[in-house]
Amino acid sequence: MKSGFGTVLGLTLLAGYLAAAPARAGDPEQICDVPSNLLSTESKLPKVAEAVRSGQPLNVLVVGSRSSTIPSSEGSAYPAKLQAALKESLPSTAVNLSVEVQGARTTEDMGGGLVKLVEEKRPTLVIWQTGTVDAIRSTDLDDFRNAVDAGIGALQQAGTDVVLVNLQYSPRTESMISGSPYLDNMRVSAQEHDVPLFDRFAIMHHWNDAGDFDLFSPAHGVELAKRVHACLGRALSKFVIDAAHLGPAQQN
Amino acid sequence: MPSIADPISGMRLADAKDASAAAAAAPAVTPQATSERELRLDLFRGLALWLIFIDHLPTNILTWLTIRNYGFSDATEIFIFISGYTAAFVYGRAMLQVGVVVATARILRRVWQIYVAHVFLFTIFLAEISYVATRFENPLYTEEMGIMDFLKQPDVTIVQALLLRFRPVNMDVLPLYIVLMLFLPLILWLMKWRTDVTLALSAALYVLTWHFDLYLSAYPNGVWAFNPFAWQLLFVFGAWCALGGARRMSRILAPPITFWICIAYLFAAFLVTLSWYLPQLGHIVPRRIEQWMYPINKTDLDVLRFAHFLALAAITVRVLPKDWPGLKSPWLRPLILCGQHSLEIFCLGVFLAFAGHFILAEVSGGAGMHFLVSVTGIVIMCAMAWVISWYKHSADKGASRYKSAGGNADLAGGAV
Repeated sequence: MKSGFGTVLGLTLLAGYLAAAPARAGDPEQICDVPSNLLSTESKLPKVAEAVRSGQPLNVLVVGSRSSTIPSSEGSAYPAKLQAALKESLPSTAVNLSVEVQGARTTEDMGGGLVKLVEEKRPTLVIWQTGTVDAIRSTDLDDFRNAVDAGIGALQQAGTDVVLVNLQYSPRTESMISGSPYLDNMRVSAQEHDVPLFDRFAIMHHWNDAGDFDLFSPAHGVELAKRVHACLGRALSKFVIDAAHLGPAQQN
Repeated sequence: MPSIADPISGMRLADAKDASAAAAAAPAVTPQATSERELRLDLFRGLALWLIFIDHLPTNILTWLTIRNYGFSDATEIFIFISGYTAAFVYGRAMLQVGVVVATARILRRVWQIYVAHVFLFTIFLAEISYVATRFENPLYTEEMGIMDFLKQPDVTIVQALLLRFRPVNMDVLPLYIVLMLFLPLILWLMKWRTDVTLALSAALYVLTWHFDLYLSAYPNGVWAFNPFAWQLLFVFGAWCALGGARRMSRILAPPITFWICIAYLFAAFLVTLSWYLPQLGHIVPRRIEQWMYPINKTDLDVLRFAHFLALAAITVRVLPKDWPGLKSPWLRPLILCGQHSLEIFCLGVFLAFAGHFILAEVSGGAGMHFLVSVTGIVIMCAMAWVISWYKHSADKGASRYKSAGGNADLAGGAV
């Protein structure tokens, strides 16, 4: 047992060291690298793949709570950055994106309106960001899980691909909001419905640990938020393209 | 401190009858308490307190040492089980020797102390959250700041907190403990009659909880993070072990087959846990088992968690004999001391976790700082435990009387 602990400790220290070690050059693209395991998923996005391959427009709908936007500069929030990055990676595809921010609504509240939204906007892909409001209000976990399941089910039934986006990593409020049970439930739910989960929490956690961003910062300015969202948008675009198997190698 | 020793130190004040009863009781307890002092309990409760503290801090290197990363159960199980064990040990004897009424009165005083401790911690939490709410306005986290909304209606929130219905993060264990202790007189009274029947009743309540989905609601919504209807099983099981169950269990624990079953279960649990952290290993858990197993419910003390704790305990009891010389080693002394003053050290741990969060937020959040905060916290906990035990043995006025009670103050002080 003792040597086992020792090994684990050694490996952890080593991993921490390796994660922190690479010196970061000035290249802004390099600043927020995401380890490939955080962007890999076994679930697929067949509708997205089909749309891109057949030259149809790619309609993306982002449904989320307030952490899907930046107050008074929506153009810098991750959905807009996602659109830009998708356009760049898929030059021959028209990428349309609409955002539906529903502040202060729980997963259950949001889930009810999803089908109607899909009927209105006819998206190929719905990016559903949720969980934060539930964690803040400590929604009952069974209710939360059922709401996530029902929401994903409704979206799949309506014929769209789904990407689930979980909570932000928010170290300042970590002692006040208990996110982990909600993160766990979203992970299980995504796995069961075979839906890709964009692990925003782990990715931001990684950036904070690796020193890309200081998410503890009490800065009042909007700059940090903009930079984080730009990186999130780029990572999310990469995630979507990988899950749809539209990487350069797979795109003929 | 609530203890068998209390009536002795307060003898002059107590009425004659009670005092003589207590005085008569003390010597009867003393030899057993001193000769049978279970240092292993103190050791592991101390360990649980350290682990709870580390788990309450943001994730850092030390977090990887906590047992919840290697299996289903975590430090809470250890804490509740040992608490049941020691509480039954101390108050169970009191019940036999000074009667149900006096023992109940002592337990209720203990409940009151834990309640006051909880309210004290809540005050500190309020201070922290109010400070953060006014100082921190990062646009990245406007949504998360919604957690401060309750500050807008302190009239409701604070009353709900006093009713134990509003519990901020990391403040779930004491309310559970308060409820369990509140029912301890009933549990002990039943155990005095039939220990096995009491355990069976407790298991039945556990089953009913799962079947009918019993729970205590919380404020503003949701349920108690540790459902007392389910967690009582661990507490009562601890009490059952203290009152003779452990001795009878040894027949089941002795054969090597038990040992190997436990090892196999722990290993399987370890693999499953590993698959949470390394998604590449996801395929090692068959889908059928996955569907049956998840979610592993902490709120209602999932059977898998309970079994995991039992396996851990069975192996520990076997590997670490009662008279293991290491228990006297100065290296383990800090852990044991912490375990002996668990209410104080638990509260201190929750406070230090708040303070740690605060330092990480205000000063710096690097990995080095994380490590430093964790280690410093543990050192402070040990130092405090040492100071408390110094008070009990040397500084208190009644020190000589305490000593004459044969170290009972310690045991009961540890009766959290």
